[in-house]
Parts: sequence; structure tokens; C-alpha cells
Amino acid sequence: MKDWGYSILKGRQIDFENNDFSIAEYITKHEPSFRWCIGCGSCTATCSAARLTDFNPRKLKLLIQRGEIKGLADEIAKCMLCGKCQLVCPRGINTRNVIQNIKRALNTCHAL
Amino acid sequence: MAINSQHIVIIGGGPAGLEAASCLGTAGYRVTVLEKEKQTGGKLLIWDKLFPEFRNSDKVLNHLSNGFKTNPPQILTNAEVVSVIPENGQHRINLRDGQAFQADTVLITTGFKLYNAEKKEEYGYQIYENVITSFDLEKQLKTGNPIRIEAGLTPRRIAFIHCVGSRDIKSGNIYCSRTCCITGVKQAIEIKRRLSDAEVFNFYMDLRMFGQNFEELYIEAQQKWGVTFIRGRVSEIAENKDNSLQLKAEDTLSGRPIKMSFDLVVLLAGMVPEPRTVEIGKSAGLEFTSGNFLAGLDSHISQNETNTPGIFIAGTCREPLSVAETLTDARAATVKMISWLRENETSHKKPLIKRDND
Amino acid sequence: METEGKKRVWEEYQKEIADDHYFYVRSCIRQTFFPGSETTFLKILQNDLKKDVFEDARHTTCTGIGYHTDIVPLETTMTVIARHFALMTEAGYVNIIPSCVTSFGLYTEVLDTWRHFPEIEAKIREYLWKATKREFKVPENLVHTSDIIYKFRNRIKDLSKVSLINKKTGLPLNVVEHIGCHYSKMFPQSGVGGAEFPAVLTGMIEAWGGTVIDYPERRHCCGFGFRQYLVKANRGYSVSNSKKKFESMQPYQPDFMVANCPGCSMFLDRWQYTIAEMEGITYDSNGTGIPVLTYEEMAGLVMGYSPWDIGLQMHQVSVEPLLDKLGIEYKKEDKYLGSNGQNIGEPQKPMFLIV
Ligand SMILES: Cc1cc2nc3c(=O)[nH]c(=O)nc-3n(C[C@H](O)[C@H](O)[C@H](O)COP(=O)(O)OP(=O)(O)OC[C@H]3O[C@@H](n4cnc5c(N)ncnc54)[C@H](O)[C@@H]3O)c2cc1C
Ligand code: SF4
Ligand code: SF4
Ligand code: SF4
Repeated sequence: MKDWGYSILKGRQIDFENNDFSIAEYITKHEPSFRWCIGCGSCTATCSAARLTDFNPRKLKLLIQRGEIKGLADEIAKCMLCGKCQLVCPRGINTRNVIQNIKRALNTCHAL
Repeated sequence: MAINSQHIVIIGGGPAGLEAASCLGTAGYRVTVLEKEKQTGGKLLIWDKLFPEFRNSDKVLNHLSNGFKTNPPQILTNAEVVSVIPENGQHRINLRDGQAFQADTVLITTGFKLYNAEKKEEYGYQIYENVITSFDLEKQLKTGNPIRIEAGLTPRRIAFIHCVGSRDIKSGNIYCSRTCCITGVKQAIEIKRRLSDAEVFNFYMDLRMFGQNFEELYIEAQQKWGVTFIRGRVSEIAENKDNSLQLKAEDTLSGRPIKMSFDLVVLLAGMVPEPRTVEIGKSAGLEFTSGNFLAGLDSHISQNETNTPGIFIAGTCREPLSVAETLTDARAATVKMISWLRENETSHKKPLIKRDND
Repeated sequence: METEGKKRVWEEYQKEIADDHYFYVRSCIRQTFFPGSETTFLKILQNDLKKDVFEDARHTTCTGIGYHTDIVPLETTMTVIARHFALMTEAGYVNIIPSCVTSFGLYTEVLDTWRHFPEIEAKIREYLWKATKREFKVPENLVHTSDIIYKFRNRIKDLSKVSLINKKTGLPLNVVEHIGCHYSKMFPQSGVGGAEFPAVLTGMIEAWGGTVIDYPERRHCCGFGFRQYLVKANRGYSVSNSKKKFESMQPYQPDFMVANCPGCSMFLDRWQYTIAEMEGITYDSNGTGIPVLTYEEMAGLVMGYSPWDIGLQMHQVSVEPLLDKLGIEYKKEDKYLGSNGQNIGEPQKPMFLIV
């Protein structure tokens, strides 16, 4: 194979038509409040894990809803399940249960 | 029965004009409403259901005409005003057909016009078949017919695009049209009511849920109807081979560009002043806001008075407002008009309506 | 698609295009990429349309590529462009027509800058005087050469020998038009039809019998992007942009693409080879790729010029399948004969792309 010195890039664009919504559907079914998020960021601001790692519970939930689930298992492992996020959420989202369901969904829908 | 011989002319028989006419009539004044269309009611004649409570727009129209029981105004339809000229302490109101009226005081309630979405070329309104405006959708909803796209199919995925022609220096309008966010939520819910299987997405820059029960409606849209809100302004729409539409935006909350396809796209076009209102304002020596709406004397204490004594403004001809706000605004204007008339009572005792050309 | 709506947009973006007496400035890269294009333009204008076109051999690069890669400072670029204006003024012309979209964009930008900041123009005049003792008048009419062909598209149609129609089926050819970003994205008012629905190439294609494909990624950049291509390690950006376009146009089965910018024609053509060699795919059904023409080459074919005289042998993607569709006769054995009748040498065959 010829060495070109460069390669074709995989797009960064969220390609909604070709994404995987199985995890999002599973969570919505078991914890409907998952979809009520308004992206305020309070959960990330207060998150114990976010202080020490690049974990971002707000963004994680959003990406799942957009069907972007690559690397999800590694991400979710950073959560300490402390429940602080749930305390602050202005939409009353059961964020801790959302996280639990992400874990369950990963076991049921995907061997990621 | 009119107890006061002073004559008030209201230009524009929409919600603002009609509400003001009933208040002034109840207070005993002689009022003439000049409406350019063949029917009064303004945009309420077009809208299907009204936010925030999904009441039929007819209900509000009925309320407005009920106000006319005690001392009904004279309503003239097909009467488009073209200019208002202050004249010997009174006002001469000229119509397009050459008629003229004389009034002691004038209230301008000529409302708004929908922003011409064709100007946002990147959205392809009037080019792509399945790109429509909130106005078009409202008309379609009012027919009660099932929601269909151009090819006669039921749309499965629908997008609402916020801020079309508002908050956008390129469109010439940097102001917020205020009611389109909640209109987008209203219409998204209405679509879900009629097409429960459809997926509905709203692309917004900010969601401005300022009014009573607006935030509640937003929550309802998410919780009960499963509407998805994506924060990001759509940069362009293109047509796919099957006539569905490809949208590009940034999903700003994930920091990633997003590409999605839709069967139907609804542009939440903003409010702009009627060009004719601008002409009337100029003829009467009025001032304008930066968005070219008619300007009140002071943004806190006298929004309905203008720099020309005896000329008042109310409703969406002065800024984007909801129906509830429009009606409140119209009532507020009438209080100011009545006090102005009392202060200037002495001068004119004239026949009811004087037509210069008869 | 509602064509009436598009026409309303086009009416908003009409520009003045001078009728005759042009000072022609060439592109620095095109003569190696598609060497027949500029000659074809001159032949059509001078021989067929009997227009007065003047060239000055002392004309140089506009420095556009150097400017866009952050190598040439803006003052230098402006002074070089001022020198071109001086050559035009000295030759007694007022209408300047750059053949390159990068140049056209840059000239437009420079003139716009001078309108806003006359002191910069004064400074450049001084630089030019110090360096060359030349003076200039700003052009009265600046248009891109594709605007000229657009203007005379109906005259060309009247003189034409070939239509953009599939000879066998009698149906119009499906054409992808690609407008160089710098033609109208920076200054929509300076492009025929504006930036969202540019009419310049569409006008030619439709006048000559073809249909235009409006595919979703039509407005996307070809990916040239100067710095992104010139630095080898960055070329992945460049090719990925073209790929995005190819994937989007593929379902429409285009018969060919046409572009009005030297870089775009080059990359839309050559990257098909690269992608084919890297990933083993082409975007047509035969494995030969989608032919890419410059608008002059398209005009030349329509005028009945020989494909090998207008330089089509220099394309990476073979044009023969297109010539067959158009019913144009050509001799395969003449493909690599130079103007002197000598063989100019044949390129190596790619591994995957069928030529
Ligand atoms: C798509 C859309 C949906 C909406 N939905 C809702 C909703 O659900 N609930 C809600 O509260 N608000 C809604 N609104 C806002 C609502 O339409 C306005 O608040 C309301 O129409 C304002 O009333 P108005 O009297 O100021 O103006 P208009 O309704 O515009 O009435 C103005 C009247 O003046 C007349 N006129 C104009 N110029 C002249 C002239 N020169 N001479 C004579 N007559 C003239 C017009 O014909 C018209 O009858 C919506 C707005 C939009 C764009
Ligand atoms: S439960 Fe997990 S996501 Fe929530 S605050 Fe604690 S560590 Fe963060
Ligand atoms: S706190 Fe709640 S609403 Fe805010 S981002 Fe987190 S989950 Fe969403
Ligand atoms: S109300 Fe909402 S959609 Fe309308 S202009 Fe304001 S922010 Fe945009």
C-alpha cells in the first residue's frame, strides 16, 4: 500500500441518520426524566467526578440522546454515584437513576 | 350611546384596535375603527389555537366583539389608511381610496407583518417544497385537514427553526420577536397532538419563555410530548434526493456540528413593521425604534404616547407582543388617550365624522 | 424544487458585466492543471465572439495562494495587484477579468478595502510608485471570466455544435456545478445569483441543454483551502471535504461536474483518484470516476472544439465516457499528441481508478 503521508478523516459531525439510539431509548423507557434536561450544567458543576476527571454528566446525557455512544462504558465508569447531581437539577431529573440505567443499558443493548 | 362628542379614530382593527375601541366605547367616546381588510380581527383570523392555553382564536375574537355592546364603534372595513397629518390641533386621516377623516385623537394599532423568510436564502423558503413558515403552518392547522407534506405524505420528522429574521444582523433585524419561541412550542405540541408518531425538534439560540405559563408549556412539550430542543442555529437547509431536507447546525451543548434530515421544516419567522405603518408614522412625524417599529415617548413611563401630541400607539405596531400583552397594551393606551382628551377638551365640538370629499 | 423562488433570488444578485474590451489576467496554477482552458476562453472570445481581449506578458501571480497561506503580507499582495491595475491602465483598458476565482476574490476584497480605507489605497499607490514608478486607475468593471461566458451563454448557444444532452437517450445530462468559495461567499453581491444559489454556471448549463443537480452538499467547499492542501500532513482535511461532496452527489448519478475555480476543478478531479487508490471506491457506476470540466472546457466542447485541443487529456478522471454521451467524435490515438504532433508521453495507469 502506498504511504500517502495523510489519510481521509472521519467526520466530527453528528450524523443523526446513522447513529445508534438503542441506549437512549432504553433509558427513556426506564427513566423518562432523562429527556427533560435543559443543559443548564448544574450537574457537571457539582459533580464529584467532574472535578477530578474530564467527566461531564450533562454532555454525556446529551450525546447519548444524539446517538453518540462510542466510549460510553469508559465514561460512565468515572461516576461515583454520589447523587450530588440529582440534588441540584432544576428540572427534577432523577440523574442518578439515569446513570444506573445507562449502565444497565450498556449491559443489555451493547457489549461495549 | 356616545356621551362625548370628541372623535377618536383607531387605525387597524386587529386585537389591539378592537380592544381599545371597546374600552373607549364603554367610557362613552365616539370611536371609528378603520380596517384595511374586509374583516376585522387581524392575525386572529388566521391563527388556529392560541398559546399558552390552546384556546381557539375565535374565542378571543368573540370576547373582542362582545365589548361593543354598550356603545359600539363605527367600523369601516376596506379602509386602508395611508397617512395621518396633524392639522389645526386635530388629525387628518387619509385613506388609500381618497377619503379622509378628521379626529381629535388617533390610535395606531396597525400590527405587524411576518418577516419575509425568502430573504434567508440559506433556508430555501419558496425554493424547497417542504420548507414552510409558522404562518403557513397556522393556516394549515386551521383547516383541520391532516398535516401533509407536498407529496401528500404524512411527515415523520419535523423541525422548527427559531429566530428566522430576528436576532440576526444579516436580516437587518437585531431585535427579538419575542413570541416566536412560544409559538414554536405551541406548534410543536399541536403537531404532536395530531401526529403522535412524529418526531419534533426545535432548533433554538435561546428559549425565551417570558410569559405566564410559557415555561410550563415548554416543560410540557418535553415531558408529555417528547419534543426535542437542540440549542444551535441552523446554518443551511438543502434538499435531499427524496425531497426531504438536510439541516446543518451546531449542537452547541455538545460542541459538535450536527446533520439531520427532516420531512418538513417550519421557519419561525419574526415580526417586522408593516411598510405602510412606517409611511403613516413618517407622515405623522412619529419616531421609530431601532427595529423601525413606532416608538413611544418613553420606554418606561409612556410607551403608548408619541412625540406628536394626540397620536397614540398600541399593540405590535410598536413592538412584538403576544395577544395577552397586546390587549393589556391597548387598554393602557386608552387610559392615556382619555386623560389627553380631558386636558384638551375645550377646542373641538365637531360633527361625528367629516368626510372631506362628500 | 421551486424554480420561481430561485429566480427571485437571482434577480437580487445581478451585476454589471462589461460588453467588450477586456484586460485579461491569467491564473498562475491553471496553466499547469488544465492548460487548455485559458486558450479556449481566448479563442471563444476573440475568434467566435469577436471581442477585444488584451493580455500583458508582464502580468504575474496575484500572490493569492501566498496570501492565503500566510506567507505573503497583505501590503505586498495589494501592491502586486496595484501593479496589475497599472498594466491595465497603461494598456488603455478599464475592464479587468481575472481567470482565477482566488484572484477575483482577492481583487474584490482589495477594492472593497480601499473603498473603506482610502488611506490604505494611498499607501499602496506610494509603494507601487517607489517600487516601479507606475500609476494606475482602479478598474471600472471587475468580473470573473466565468461571468463573461455567462453573459454570452446564449450567443454561444447560437454558435454551438454540441448540446449537453445524452445523444443516445436524448435526455439532458445531469451536471454538478461547483462554485469556488471566493467567487461569492465573501461578497455575495459580486457573484451572479449570489452565494446560496449562484447562477453563473447554472445559467451556462441550462442554456446549453443540461440539467443542474442540486445535491445537499452543493455549497460545501471543495477542500483546497490553501494551507490545508499545501502542507502534506494537512491534506487529509482537503480530501475529506471533497469526499463529503462526492458522497452527497453520488445518488444523483452526475454525468460530469463543472467548476469555475482552478483549485476546485483540480481537486474535484484529482481527489477522485486519491480516494479510489486509498479506499477502492469511485462515485460513478463504472469505476472511471465522474469527469470534471472547467467552464471554458465545457464551453469549448459545446462550440465543437476538439477535446484534445482544449486539453482534456490532462484530466485525471477520463473524459471519454462523457464525450461518448455527448456524441463527440475523437481519436483515442491522438490523445497524447502535442500541438506539434509529437507524443507528449502517457501517464502511468492508476491501480484502482479505471482510465
Ligand atoms: C405565527 C404566529 C403565531 C402566533 N400565535 C399566537 C398565539 O398563539 N397566542 C398569542 O398570544 N399570540 C400569538 N401571536 C402573536 C399575535 O399574532 C399578536 O400578538 C397579535 O396579532 C397582535 O395584534 P395587533 O392588533 O397588534 O396586530 P395585528 O393582529 O397584526 O392586527 C393589525 C390590524 O391592523 C390592520 N391594518 C394594518 N395596517 C393598516 C392600515 N394602514 N390601515 C388600516 N388597517 C390596517 C390589519 O389589517 C390588522 O387587521 C402569534 C404570532 C405569529 C407570527
Ligand atoms: S452521581 Fe455521578 S454524575 Fe452525579 S454528581 Fe455524583 S459522580 Fe457526578
Ligand atoms: S442539572 Fe439537570 S437540567 Fe441541568 S444539565 Fe444536569 S441534568 Fe440537565
Ligand atoms: S422569541 Fe425566540 S425565536 Fe423569536 S426571536 Fe426571540 S429568541 Fe428568537
